[in-house]
Amino acid sequence: MSRLQVVSGKGGTGKTTVAAALALALATEGKRALLVEVEGRQGIAQLFETEALPYEERKIAVAPGGGEVYALAIDPELALLDYLQMFYKLGGAGRALKKLGAIDFATTIAPGLRDVLLTGKACEAVRRKEKSGRFTYDYVVMDAPPTGRITRFLNVNDEVAGLAKIGPIHNQAQAVMRVLKSPETAVHLVTLLEEMPVQETADGIAELRAAKLPVGRIIVNMVRPALLDDTDLALAETAPRTAIAKSLSAAGLGGARRGGLAERLVGPLLQQAGEYAERYALETEQRSVLAEQDLPLHELPLLSEGLDLAGLYELAAQLRKQGMS
Amino acid sequence: MSLDPARVLDLDPLLDDPKTRIVVCCGSGGVGKTTTAAALGLRAAERGRKVVVLTIDPARRLAQSMGIDSLDNTPRRVKGVEGSGELHAMMLDMKRTFDEIVEAHADGDRAAAILNNPFYQSLSAGFAGTQEYMAMEKLGQLRARDEWDLIVVDTPPSRSALDFLDAPKRLGSFLDGRLIRLLTAPAKLGGRAGMKFLSVGMSMMTGTLGKLLGGQLLKDVQTFVAAMDTTFGGFRTRADATYKLLQAPGTAFLVVAAPERDALREAAYFVQRLAAEDMPFAGLVLNRVHGSGAARLSAERALAAAEDLDSVDAENPGSAAAENLDEARIVDQADGKAGLRNSPDTYGSSESPASETPAPDEGSPAATDRTAATDRTTATDKAAATDPERSIDQLTAGLLRLHAERMQLLSREQRTRDRFAARHPEVPVAEVAALPGDVHDLAGLRDIGNRLAAHRPELPES
Repeated sequence: MSRLQVVSGKGGTGKTTVAAALALALATEGKRALLVEVEGRQGIAQLFETEALPYEERKIAVAPGGGEVYALAIDPELALLDYLQMFYKLGGAGRALKKLGAIDFATTIAPGLRDVLLTGKACEAVRRKEKSGRFTYDYVVMDAPPTGRITRFLNVNDEVAGLAKIGPIHNQAQAVMRVLKSPETAVHLVTLLEEMPVQETADGIAELRAAKLPVGRIIVNMVRPALLDDTDLALAETAPRTAIAKSLSAAGLGGARRGGLAERLVGPLLQQAGEYAERYALETEQRSVLAEQDLPLHELPLLSEGLDLAGLYELAAQLRKQGMS
Repeated sequence: MSLDPARVLDLDPLLDDPKTRIVVCCGSGGVGKTTTAAALGLRAAERGRKVVVLTIDPARRLAQSMGIDSLDNTPRRVKGVEGSGELHAMMLDMKRTFDEIVEAHADGDRAAAILNNPFYQSLSAGFAGTQEYMAMEKLGQLRARDEWDLIVVDTPPSRSALDFLDAPKRLGSFLDGRLIRLLTAPAKLGGRAGMKFLSVGMSMMTGTLGKLLGGQLLKDVQTFVAAMDTTFGGFRTRADATYKLLQAPGTAFLVVAAPERDALREAAYFVQRLAAEDMPFAGLVLNRVHGSGAARLSAERALAAAEDLDSVDAENPGSAAAENLDEARIVDQADGKAGLRNSPDTYGSSESPASETPAPDEGSPAATDRTAATDRTTATDKAAATDPERSIDQLTAGLLRLHAERMQLLSREQRTRDRFAARHPEVPVAEVAALPGDVHDLAGLRDIGNRLAAHRPELPES
């Protein structure tokens, strides 16, 4: 099991939710997982129903079985100041740089620099050890940028190599790349069973593979239950409406005759079945596209009551059951 | 909670008004922004306007259907548009747009020097905000050409909807800022001599940045900014001009969302932000709203009935469902209205009673259903002889479970919308019923356009 688990996905597919559920799932039996946020959205705080997270590691949840989940929202500006402090012992000058806008300048001028600071912080957490010699975190789960940007984001070496050919940033990038391209890392992609997210997932996997980054698993999120199977759908096409009306009436839903309550349900119910059939066909098509990727596939259910903290634990349990942790 | 007609967003008058020159569709990712922009563009064109739609990242098949899948960064006329208007569409190529600005403002050699500068290449391809900035730049260009009387703009899939307003300013002030001027001073004044004018802080800073990034990058930046600065005016000026264009009365902002918690939370932020920035906000487009023709049957009741059917099957396999009919409960009414003596008018729901508003997709459900039912009855009665009743019961149980799922979705969406409406009662809303599949042709876009412009809410009010 890779110790750095990177979770990406198209916007709207719930990658933050999946990353959080994965951290909970990995933090079993006294294990410790760090959930890292890099886009400054405070999505983790919202999920765990806490106030906004500062730039420090803090415990946000206890997993079933006693494991712990820590969270860290990385601020690229503060990360750069930390970094300068470490290498140049800047002292007060760091604050002066910030005041001048130099920090903002440096992190925006070179997108690669910003990314290397973010990935660098995550890699540092992966490698960090306690005095006892055990790793501080058994797992680090990163809520990463979306699929469209993930390869660029992780491939900091190429990005920075073009800009900074020497210097500490260059060395840092090299060190980060060694972790990211090793089996220590797995990049998972979250998708929905819809055309665009699936297409983007397939494109993203191709890009990651081309950049020799380790692709982990595909996680299909918000899967709706299969309430009607092929037989049912075929029958829905041919079944006499009168028979369905009788069946509804038998279940106590009113009269089966024309104009009766049960009879009047048949039309709308069959229409819903027709919509379901259309979606079912589309989903089957998307599932086959995903199957072609030749990667382990996981499915998480759509939570009918919407997502809350309880739902997050439910998803974590699902991931554990499906062997993702 | 019913939808106050005053709060229904009426899109046709907006699209028809010749004073409306720009419509901006914004919202968080994955809510159907691009499709909404394309559908509005098509509708406006078919109502007689000369429209151009600027899309940022359309789904492949949608782009193909509009003939804009090639990335040449210029508007193409869309074929198959009905009526007197015209629809043109384009897909933004941000790098190409940036290159064009450089080429338009610098002579050959200088332009080549900028285009080949590694810093420029990194900035034009990847800077967070470049896409937003270039979308706005392209909007400004299209507006300046004055060839179209309506421009519909899709906005980039930013990590947050707010980026779209901030990024152009950020990039503008970044490229035009004090810091970058100071940084470039040595290059402009000819090397070391210029350093004298810099404060101690600044020289330390360039030193630190040089060490950190490697001297070459800093030099690239300096050359780049120097070249840019002499060839065309400040970026900030351009960003300010676009910003003012957005505030002008001819612009209308539409916030696009889906009835989901996160999307509506973003939408709420955006509504507040637009107000704070004095941007002309027209209303909220709520995509993917679900409805049901059988809304009076609650989820709980449907599930209970499905269980009844399961247990009948288990206890008494093969029993004819008809035997369980309680004839006394069946009363046919000539007008087809529910009027059962022994059966409740609504199916004991925890929800408030559904109104009699017809289902979105059926003009007159009672009438159409009846003819359809008659047709099907004669056609399929024979099939019934071969279908065991048991599988009909199974199917019916499945249909009821499907309905229960739909009703749960409906009430969740309703709660989400109510929360939004409570916070922003002044915001007019246009609701678009969910489609089971994706849209990838003009007919699909036209359908969305019809749904967008429907005067009555799509859903039975409840």
